[in-house]
Amino acid sequence: MADVSQAPLQTADGRPLKAALAKAQARAKRRAFLLVLPLLAFVLLTFVLPILQMLQRSFYHDGFSANAPATVAWLEEHPQGSEIDETAYAALVSDLAAMQKAKTAGAAGTRINYTYPGTISIFKEAAREAAKLQPPYKAALVALDKKWEDPLLWVTFRHAASPWTTDFYMVSMDLRRSTDDGLQRAEPEMRIHLQLFVKTFGLSALITGLCLLLAFPIAHLLAILPMRKSNLLMILVLLPFWTSLLVRTSSWIALGQESGIVNDILVGIGIVADDNRIQMMYNKYGTILVMTHVLLPFMVLPLYSVMRVIPPSYARAARSLGATSWTTFRRIYLPQTLPGIAAGSLLVFILAVGYYITPALVGGADGTLISNLISFHMAKANWSQAAALAAMLLVLVLILYWLYDRLIGIDRLKLG
Amino acid sequence: MALPVYASPLERVWYYAFRVICALVFVFLIAPILIVIPLSFNVEPYFSFTEKMLALDPAGYSWRWYDTLLTFGVNAPEDAVRDGSWWAQVWAEATWIKAAKNSLWVGFWATILATVLGTTAALGLSRPEMPYRRLITAILLSPMIVPIIIIATGLFFAYSSTCLPQGNILADAFSPFLSAKGCLANTHLGIIMAHATLGIPFVIITVTATLSGFDQSLIRASASLGASPRTTFFKIIMPLILPGVISGGLFAFVTSFDEVVAVLFIAGPDQQTIPRQMWNGIREAISPAILAIATILVIVSIALLATVELLRRRSERLRGVTPQ
Repeated sequence: MADVSQAPLQTADGRPLKAALAKAQARAKRRAFLLVLPLLAFVLLTFVLPILQMLQRSFYHDGFSANAPATVAWLEEHPQGSEIDETAYAALVSDLAAMQKAKTAGAAGTRINYTYPGTISIFKEAAREAAKLQPPYKAALVALDKKWEDPLLWVTFRHAASPWTTDFYMVSMDLRRSTDDGLQRAEPEMRIHLQLFVKTFGLSALITGLCLLLAFPIAHLLAILPMRKSNLLMILVLLPFWTSLLVRTSSWIALGQESGIVNDILVGIGIVADDNRIQMMYNKYGTILVMTHVLLPFMVLPLYSVMRVIPPSYARAARSLGATSWTTFRRIYLPQTLPGIAAGSLLVFILAVGYYITPALVGGADGTLISNLISFHMAKANWSQAAALAAMLLVLVLILYWLYDRLIGIDRLKLG
Repeated sequence: MALPVYASPLERVWYYAFRVICALVFVFLIAPILIVIPLSFNVEPYFSFTEKMLALDPAGYSWRWYDTLLTFGVNAPEDAVRDGSWWAQVWAEATWIKAAKNSLWVGFWATILATVLGTTAALGLSRPEMPYRRLITAILLSPMIVPIIIIATGLFFAYSSTCLPQGNILADAFSPFLSAKGCLANTHLGIIMAHATLGIPFVIITVTATLSGFDQSLIRASASLGASPRTTFFKIIMPLILPGVISGGLFAFVTSFDEVVAVLFIAGPDQQTIPRQMWNGIREAISPAILAIATILVIVSIALLATVELLRRRSERLRGVTPQ
């Protein structure tokens, strides 16, 4: 009997059971993976690769390096700190003459312009004149524009000499180079990016708070009503969810604009004077109002799914032990809803941070978010700058997404 | 939940105040959507109710903005006789009709693509043996989380830079679907692929939810009775998960039907969809014609929501999950 227990168990066809099991499990794993594979390949192709390509763009711009080969060669031969002598200016003038022929002065000037504003015009001007310039070239260029002898311009050239660069992230963080190749804060009027990131986060937090404030009572009501009634009321939450975002935004414009219904009612009641109507569209109040409306269902649904399973007996027990209704809410009910609050708030915040359509349509000048700046740079063909800002936004969103997955689990997301 | 008998006067006040607050929030949620319906019948080009409308005077209402949807972009005199040839011209030329055709075409194929790929993947993901389930699920659901502007920017770079050169075997095979330069930019195929990607997370979520209540022993029972895996799939699995698949498909369709940012970035003049056209309308001069199309879309979304609700209930009945 002891011998039998020592010998490895075998399947009917004589293979060791352990090996057969491992093989069967590997086969099951492979089958499951093969089912997912087509979609994974598709998502890699249409989602992951394009985003990687965008990341590559954010580090790459060959506007200067490709069009100013002689200057690039000079910079490679002369290390940082060398005196910018006549040979450098001669190389630059020969490049400018070539740019004029190839019509690339704008491209090179644009690349420098990102980190040294005001260079597109001086590049174009100098390229036009390049063929006529006589040595000494330094004096000739400086006669055209004082900027050509600025040491900072040459520091900028050095950083643009390679197509691979982190300059666009530098600009996105409101930094600029100093003459000694260090980093310093940009001029006050150029510091727009960090401020916009802060504003985006601030507005998103405010919208999340408003959503929570509005969603909490109705999620509670839906959870305590009998199923038949709550299903009916649930439709009122789900209908906005299913309605086109553009429909909701345009109806808010109809409601909220100066000659819209809300103002008409307020004037009719007499709260607001006819010549002093409230401006609630095309500014940040428009963004806040409409985004709160649009994102509200994303807060109600997770809250509701948590509240529905909270047993009412706990609250009754607290009351029977002498707690007031406020204490019962604060000490018993609220702590049990925290998972729902966390899930809903995080989801709404993630969606709000990247919002584009609503701020673009009703945000006016001061109600726009970081997405709108990305779109602005895309429209101006500042691909690399747009890509760098998008990459920073992406990193922030992915951190929040990771947090959401750790805390709540993305697979527990439900839609209605 | 009725008011308990031991409630204090303050609690009685709160009980009713709470219901009033809830009613106000529901009004906030639903009123902006329903308000467009009467406004779209305004005879005047305003966004407010005129006195005639408030008095329910028929003269205050008209179909003129719906008529605009038909005639906008059509090169025909306003008093043209509306005979067969006029309708044929409208069908071929009207801006909104063309946009609707594009939206339906893109939406249909994006839904098919998302539903087929998404359902297959959900079947794999819900198997207990699936390796790296958490990571892969997170990747597949991320198009829902990553801001659309980032996806659109990425697609813009990808579609305009990766092109198949002329003479390539693949380029010849796919030439009807690609632009003249052999790129995906400015093509229907490009938008369909982008919209399918955006719709896939919804399909995965709904189908996985349906599969979570799926009794795996049914598959073994079917196999023990001699059914092939194919038969098991079509006769056992498919009927049970079908409600989830259809809901997911409807979600994917709505996602595509409502999507404007990717279209703005990667579509050309031949791929103008309804949202793209609405975007133009809202940005330029917002006219009540926008409210007319909005009303049509609200009615469509009510119909879709009703369908999904019915499917969800049917699915719960089939799986024996009864609402408590």
